[in-house]
Formats: sequence, structure tokens, C-alpha cells
Amino acid sequence: MAKQAVSFTLNGKTVDVLVEPRELLIHTLRENLNQTGAHIGCETSHCGVCTVDIDGESVKSCTLLTVQTAGSDVKSVEGMATADGLHVIQQAFVDEHGLQCGFCTPGMLMRAYRFLQENPDPNDEEIRWGMSGNLCRCTGYQNIINAVKTAAKNLQQA
Amino acid sequence: MDTVADKQKREDSLNGVGCSRKRKEDARFIQGKGNYTDDIKMPGMLFADMVRSPYAHARIISINTEKALALPGVHAVLTAADLKPLNLHWMPTLAGDVQAVLADEKVHFQYQEVALVVADDRYIAADAIDLVEVEYEELPVLVDPHKAMTTEAPILREDLVGKMEGAHSTRKHDNHIFNWQAGEKDATDRVFDAAEVTVSQDMVYHRVHPCPLETCGCVASMDKINGKLTVYLTSQAPHVVRTVVSMLSGLPESSVRIVSPDIGGGFGNKVGIYPGYVASIVASIVLGVPVKWVEDRMENISTTAFARDYHMRGELAADSNGIIKALRVNVLADHGAFDSCADPSKFPAGFMHICTGSYDIPVAHLNVDGVYTNKAPGGVSYRCSFRVTEAVYVIERTIDVLAQKLGIDKAEIRRRNFVKKEQFPYTTCLGFELDSGDYHTALEKVLDAVDYKGLRREQEEKRANGELMGIGLVTFTEVVGAGPSKSCDILGVGMFDSAEIRVHPTGSVMARMGTITQGQGHQTTYAQIIASELGITSDEIAIEEGDTDTSPYGLGTYGSRSTPVGGAATAVAARKIKAKAKKIAAHLLEVSEDDLEWEVDRFKVKGVPGQEKTMKDIAWAAYNNVPEGMEPGLEAVDYYDPPNFTFPFGAYLCVVDIDKDTGVTDIRRFYALDDCGTRINPMIIDGQIHGGLTEGYAVAMGQEMPYDEEGNLLGNTLMDYFLPTFVETPKWETDYTVTPSPHHPIGAKGVAESPHVGSIPTFTSAMVDAFAHLDVTHMDMPHNAYRVWKQIKALGLLDN
Repeated sequence: MAKQAVSFTLNGKTVDVLVEPRELLIHTLRENLNQTGAHIGCETSHCGVCTVDIDGESVKSCTLLTVQTAGSDVKSVEGMATADGLHVIQQAFVDEHGLQCGFCTPGMLMRAYRFLQENPDPNDEEIRWGMSGNLCRCTGYQNIINAVKTAAKNLQQA
Repeated sequence: MDTVADKQKREDSLNGVGCSRKRKEDARFIQGKGNYTDDIKMPGMLFADMVRSPYAHARIISINTEKALALPGVHAVLTAADLKPLNLHWMPTLAGDVQAVLADEKVHFQYQEVALVVADDRYIAADAIDLVEVEYEELPVLVDPHKAMTTEAPILREDLVGKMEGAHSTRKHDNHIFNWQAGEKDATDRVFDAAEVTVSQDMVYHRVHPCPLETCGCVASMDKINGKLTVYLTSQAPHVVRTVVSMLSGLPESSVRIVSPDIGGGFGNKVGIYPGYVASIVASIVLGVPVKWVEDRMENISTTAFARDYHMRGELAADSNGIIKALRVNVLADHGAFDSCADPSKFPAGFMHICTGSYDIPVAHLNVDGVYTNKAPGGVSYRCSFRVTEAVYVIERTIDVLAQKLGIDKAEIRRRNFVKKEQFPYTTCLGFELDSGDYHTALEKVLDAVDYKGLRREQEEKRANGELMGIGLVTFTEVVGAGPSKSCDILGVGMFDSAEIRVHPTGSVMARMGTITQGQGHQTTYAQIIASELGITSDEIAIEEGDTDTSPYGLGTYGSRSTPVGGAATAVAARKIKAKAKKIAAHLLEVSEDDLEWEVDRFKVKGVPGQEKTMKDIAWAAYNNVPEGMEPGLEAVDYYDPPNFTFPFGAYLCVVDIDKDTGVTDIRRFYALDDCGTRINPMIIDGQIHGGLTEGYAVAMGQEMPYDEEGNLLGNTLMDYFLPTFVETPKWETDYTVTPSPHHPIGAKGVAESPHVGSIPTFTSAMVDAFAHLDVTHMDMPHNAYRVWKQIKALGLLDN
């Protein structure tokens, strides 16, 4: 299958990849670009562990072809922390024990990053629905809800 | 100087036992810098994937690999014919049976491994799988375990025909795996024959799957130059895997390195060895390059270790006051096509004989028969603590049935039968010695917290209005920390565990254990144990597990055994270091050891203020100024063979409201009290509880793995297999009491599986309770809306 050249922005830097049209973005990120934070947990688009942020939306990267991202602005968990330190949301997950095995965490963080821009002051119910595309097997969600609430509070104070 | 404040400050700075210390693991995980199996890339690495059976039971007539091999990028296609000369087409299981690695003459379950394709990448491997042509001849299928031992049942295991002595007992039918019993049958039967009251309840603990978010996988790398095999894999017991791989491959253990890197959840799914690992190792040995195998979700649910599938009958004999006189339990265990059930080798039904529960029962008998069916192997997984899930379910369900028959409140009947605080250590009639417990206090705490009497009043009112409200209550006793080597072994290796702690000259610590975390926070909590023992801050203590080249031999993490066994080894190893440190301190201070007392992080000369040496001082001295005749350095190892299991317990209460028109259930409240003795890190315990309760909710309310009559597995993807999201998952309330384990070095018991074990019967108890006034004694799981609606319909409660 002939490969195609695709350029997009990943965490603020332009990347150029050569991929088959059938290649899923999650594999390009993980295998081609060595950004292995985003994970794979299913093949039916339910779990959301592959969630990245594309042009201002949360996208399950197992459900998008890399060729479709040409020209897009893609953000992954590796781009969250800056030279100044952890992102407020990352710190909140640590403080509230919002992760255990860490496998869902990159997707959760990227979803929370977008969700809190969509809804900067959510209540519990809104968090539950707003994060419902992301499955977790370890935490029972309760501490993730706390983490998102803490992050919301800290982001507003920032 | 305010010495009291100073002492407290030093104590606090350790972040030791009892602190809700933030996790050391988190930094890498929140930045996408974990290192999971599929993150691993090695030079020349190829990708393997499986050709799987579309049939549940069929003879393999032929396998044609020509087209697959002709595809550019394909390096090999392995079949049983390739493994046979190595005697690797079958592999031993933890249950003492064998399992087919690649199907030879026939397939025994749908999705079974038939051939391994090795290609440049996973895309080409997937293409090649489609090109492998397998011709099958279908055979009659057996899916109902109740029909397994009938005369007309098809024989599944032709490889065992004529071998009527199995690993655990005589087999009374070709599809019979084992019979296992505990207790006194005749004495139990006599009590039942004479009893004032008896109850009997059939129930099915349905087949479910642990479904960790990261599936199983490995990267096998045979270095043919140096003769060393390295395998990164999703294993909860890497040392055991190394021993088994060594025995199967003929490579000495010193030439085999197994590494469990970060694991994205295990939940018992990653204890055993799967055909994918074995075939990948063979492929790497054949090809001389690394081979990666990572299964997809459907393969994970369909072919790796399932949980439960126990068809149980629980019977209680009692007097008219509800005092239990005897327990009788019969189990038909569906183990699938091969018995790969992970268990200590002498316990083919795990610790099912803990089924006397939290109650003082004079006599009991347990009978378990395992049978083969055309399904994937497994049984023990998913926070079961070796069948304790089933044991707790059967006793808690049956005691509810007894309460209902006698018209005794379900809290009251438990009070009347509890093993009393002063009876511990208490030997059960099925042979466990419960270490400690205070069940009455825990129960009352929960009943008070939820206003149980108020709930019952409300339920009365609701019932009068025709509404369905249920209150579920479970008071369970767990058994975790396998276990004493006199009874517990894995394939002959005693079930000890280990810790190796090394103090550096400047006082920081490197420590390794024989267990392996899959998210439970070991890298944080083991450091807390060492911090408290040695007076070194947990920040300065690095913990590693999972690399068989570097960590001491251990049996791995499952059965909530890490704290009971690995945690004990950690404390004991630290105490060995502390004992040596004391000698060095006495030498440095020129006093007798008897003149020294320990205070948080230092030895002080009794009654002489200022005469003291901190552990840091001592660590430095250990490398340059030790007493004559003493070895330099400061480190210790401990291999801990536990004297007994630990027996944490809990009291769980759940309130449900059921919509009569739809069968949809709302979990109004769930209150969970757990007592796991000394609490190392309350924050981490709470996280374990939340996760376990959520699993319990999933199992009780929606998860299932139905097989149709042709042996097709239904609902084996996340399209149907129920994993609750944020929206469905109830809000959890947690509580605790502290009843330490007297035999454990720091009084700590395991806990991680308690919430799963305890919550499931709590949900069923609540669901059945909603219908109890209509004489319903039991409803089989899962309690999804459709099934509950059918119950409502059967009772004639629908308005139209």
C-alpha cells in the first residue's frame, strides 16, 4: 500500500510522517513518533485510553486515520507539562489519587484538559457525563472526579 | 529544643506507615512516561499475531500457510507441527493439567490459538492472518456443565482418554477434571437430618472476565550470541514464569530474564502463561530477533483467564432462633477446555472452604466437581483470592435465605452467628485458623452510619405503596496472603515472598521485592514500611519489582498477598538492617547495645541527651567504620514463609431502588467498612476499595459471558461486555476499623480483593431484598434491567 506524507502539529512542533492511508493515528503517535503515553484498550472505540486533543476537541485516536490529521493541531499527554512544571490537572490527579495502574491516565488527562475548557466549573454530575467516554478499571472514578474538581478550582484561581 | 515537637516533625518527614503519602509512581504515569509492554521497541523487532478458531469444537483437517508466507513482510507462520518437535504444542498449567499452545488435532474452544503469524508489523500480521487457510470438521459442542458428565456428552479431551487419574483426584468421566472435598460429610448430613430448620438454595456465580484495560502481551528476545532469553511481559508472577520457561525451553534460569515492566492492571488476568507468550518465545528463538505479541480486547475477553462459573448449592441447618448448626455446599465448576485455573497446587477449588464465612458453624461439608466444556480456560481471577468470591457469595446468600425463612432480620441473624472477638484465633470446621476479627463492632458501626432501622421503616412504607426498595447486607471474612509453604505452593515452589533492602553510604535505599505491582502502589507503600522501620524518609527509598535478574525470587502479586507476604518480608529485612545498625551505633557511641533506645530515625544513649547516631550516620559508618569482625555495608534479605494467612473482614450495606416498569436499578447508597488491620496508606486503601466496589457493581449488575449452543461466545467486546463508566458507577462511602493480624510483623492484612469479594453478594442481597416480601429468595446475576424486568413480570407486578 503506497504511503502518504502527512504533516501536522504535535505538542507545538511540526511533525512529518510517511504512513499508509489505513494507519490509525494512535499507531502513528506510538510507533512512528514514539509518543507512547496514549494507549490502546479496545478495538470498538469505547475505552478512550487513546484520547488526544485535536483542533480543540477530544478525539479517540484509535478511531481516526493519520492521513485525516493533515494540518491539524494535535496535543498529547507528553505536551501537558511545561518547563514551569506539571499542568494543574496533572498535579490534581496526583493529589487526589486519581490513578493507579496509569493506563487510562493519559487519555483521562487529555479529556479533562478539554472538558475543563468546555465547562470550567462543573458539578459531579457534569463531570461524570463529561468524562464518560473514558473507562478506568482501577479507581472506581471517584478520585478522578475529585481530581477534576480540584483542577477546576485551581485553574480558576490561577 | 522542643524534643517532642522535633520527634513528631522527624516522624512526619518519614512519610511512613499510616500516612496517605502521595504516590511515587504518579510522576511518570501522568506524563506518559510509564513503560508498558507495548511501549517497548527493540532493534529488528517483529510482530506476532494469532490465527484463531472460529469453531468451539472441531477437528483440524489441514492448515495451509502458503499464501500468508508469500505475503511480503511475513517471516514465519508457526503451527502445532512446528512446536511438536520441541514438545511445546502443549504446555503445563498451574492446575496440573496441560493446555494446547497451538491447536494440534482439534480445537477445544472458539478463538483458540491455531497458528502464529510473524511479520514486520501488526498491520501486515493482520493481513497475513486472513490468508492462513484452515479446514475444520465440526464436532458436537458441550457448553452446559450440567450435561458434561452425561453418557451422551461429547468427549472433549481426547488427549486424556484412559487417564482416569487426574492431577487432583480420580476422574469419574472423560469430562470430569477433579473432585475435591473438605469437612465431614457424614457428620454434616446427620445434623441436617435432625435439624429444626433447613434451607437450600441453588445459585450460579456466572462467568465474567477481569478485562484489565491493558491486554496481555510480551516482547520475547532471544540473544543467540550470548544465549540469553529476555522476555518483557504482562506477568503478575515473573519469577514463576522464568522457572517455567527455563524448564520448558531447557535454558538455565540464569540465561532467562523475565521482566514485568509497568502493567496496566492485572486483576488476576495476568497470572498464568498464555499461548501467545510461548509461541512468541519460540518464534524469537527460531528467528533470532525480538518478537512482540499484543492481543486485542476481543482476544483478551475470549481466551484469557475468565473468572467464576461456579454452579452452587448452599444449604444451612439451624435451630428456630437462627443459630446455624451445619453448612453443606455443593459446587459444579465449569473450567473450560483445559484446567488452567490458577491455584496453589493442593487446592483445585482454591480456598472455597472459607465458605463458613464469619460464622461459628460447628460442622460443614464442601464438595466440588470440576468439568471440562468447550470454553476458554481460567476460573481463578478478578480479585477472587482463590475462589473466595464464590465462598463468600454462597454463605452470604444462604444465610439471607435462612433469615427470610425464619423471619429474622438479616443483620440480627448475622449477630447471632458471628465468631466472637474473644474466640480468635478461631479454627473453622473446614480447617482455617482465622487470625483476628471484631465482626460485631464493624456491623454495628455500619448499621448506625446508614440508620438501618430508618431504612427498614422506609422500606415498609415503600412496600405498602408497591415500590421496590432493597437493602443488601454482607458481613464477610477474606483469606489472603498465600501462604504457608506447608500447604501452599505454586508448581512446587512454596508460596513465600521476599525483600532485599540495601542502604547506600549516604543513607538512601534501594529495595526490591518478589512481588509485582499492577497499580496497587507498591513502589509507594513498601517504601513507607521501610521508612518507618529504618527512620529513612520514604522519598529516599526506591522500590523495584518485576525484573528477575535483579529482584529476589518471589511468587508475585495476586490473592492480595503482597502486604501479608511481601510486606512482612520487607519489615523483617528492615529489622535485620536495624539490628546491625544498632551494633554499629553502639560501636560509634562506645556503649553497650543495651544502653541504646530507638527514636524515629536514630539510636540514643538512654539518659544521656545528645549522645545519638542517626540512621544516616550509621549508614555512612557501615561503609568505613564497623566493629571488628563485622562485614561492611548495610543490607539485608528476607524470604518470608508466612505462618498463616491474614483474614481481613468487612461489613457492606447497599440500598437499591428498582423501577417497576423498566427493571432499571438505582444504587442509592453503598457503604463499605473494611478492616485490614494496620493501614499502611489509607489513601491507597481507599483507592483499592473504590476500584473493587466498581468491579463488584459491574459483575453483579451487568457483566456476563454467555455461550450459545454452538459454543459461540457472545458479547466478547466492549460493545456488550459491561464496564461501567463514570455515569453508571455509584458513589462509594468507605469506613474502617483496625483489628491487626497478630502474626504479621506490622499487623497488616491484605485488602485489595475484599471490595470485590464483599460487594457482589451485597448487590444481590439488595436486589433480592427488594422482592423478599414476595417470597423471592434468590435471583441469579447479572441483575441487568432485562433480567430484573423479567422477574417483575413473573411476579405479576407490571401494570400492563
